[in-house]
Amino acid sequence: MRRDVFQAIADPTRRAIILLIAVQAMTPNAIAAHFDMSRQAVSKHLQILSECELVQPQQQGREIYYELNGTKMQEIEKWLEEFKRLWEKKFNQLDQLLLTIKNQKNEK
Amino acid sequence: MRSNLQFDFSVDKENKRIVIKREFAADVPTVWDAYTKSDILDQWWAPKPWKARTKKMDFRDGGQWLYAMVGPNGEEHWSLANYKNIQPHQRYSAEDAFCDADGNINEVLPQSKWEVSFSKIGSNTLVEYQISFDDLSQLEDIIKMGFKEGITMAMDGLDELLASSK
Repeated sequence: MRRDVFQAIADPTRRAIILLIAVQAMTPNAIAAHFDMSRQAVSKHLQILSECELVQPQQQGREIYYELNGTKMQEIEKWLEEFKRLWEKKFNQLDQLLLTIKNQKNEK
Repeated sequence: MRSNLQFDFSVDKENKRIVIKREFAADVPTVWDAYTKSDILDQWWAPKPWKARTKKMDFRDGGQWLYAMVGPNGEEHWSLANYKNIQPHQRYSAEDAFCDADGNINEVLPQSKWEVSFSKIGSNTLVEYQISFDDLSQLEDIIKMGFKEGITMAMDGLDELLASSK
């Protein structure tokens, strides 16, 4: 099954995992401690994130640390563009609302 | 009309903040109400098909806005805004965080500080947002990933996009 970065971030838990390890590389156990779900469930999410190369495992002694893949993260810069687009959408909704409010005032 | 209204969106990495400016075709009191009264906020704060739903709004210094972004399938993302420095029709500040339905803040996710100011341009109103973060070292990462609504909404927008492109 083909996986891409957008599939990986389509899940809220995986977004939260990305956020967590953006700050520092973490072991699956440390990540699981932040969520109300089993270690197995977290591992599954990490596997999906790894398959799309958004995170990469690093063996350190007996522990595996997961860290963000910087190159792949550049794709995420596009999210900011998406964020901007959504603000535009909100503001356009407000434009319509303000127009409605104005018309209501004029009718009075 | 829409194309004439100013809209600036800039990432100010130097000062660790994001600045959004938008002009609206209404006077300051009307726009102020739209930003500070929950019954109006609920009508536009979430980009469709998402809806904003206020659980609690107390717009005063030290007061809070507890609201959910509700998705088309009923999924909820809760946020809590703590209001400060309110100067009616001029400016207000808010500290914004993710939380649960009871307003318990999620300390893991980034919190942001919002400074929102209103100014008159002829018969229109210019609203300027400055969004900044306490932990400045995280800003670079937060910007890369999209921050707060970047995480909830933009990606939910992405969900929407993905759903429609299936």
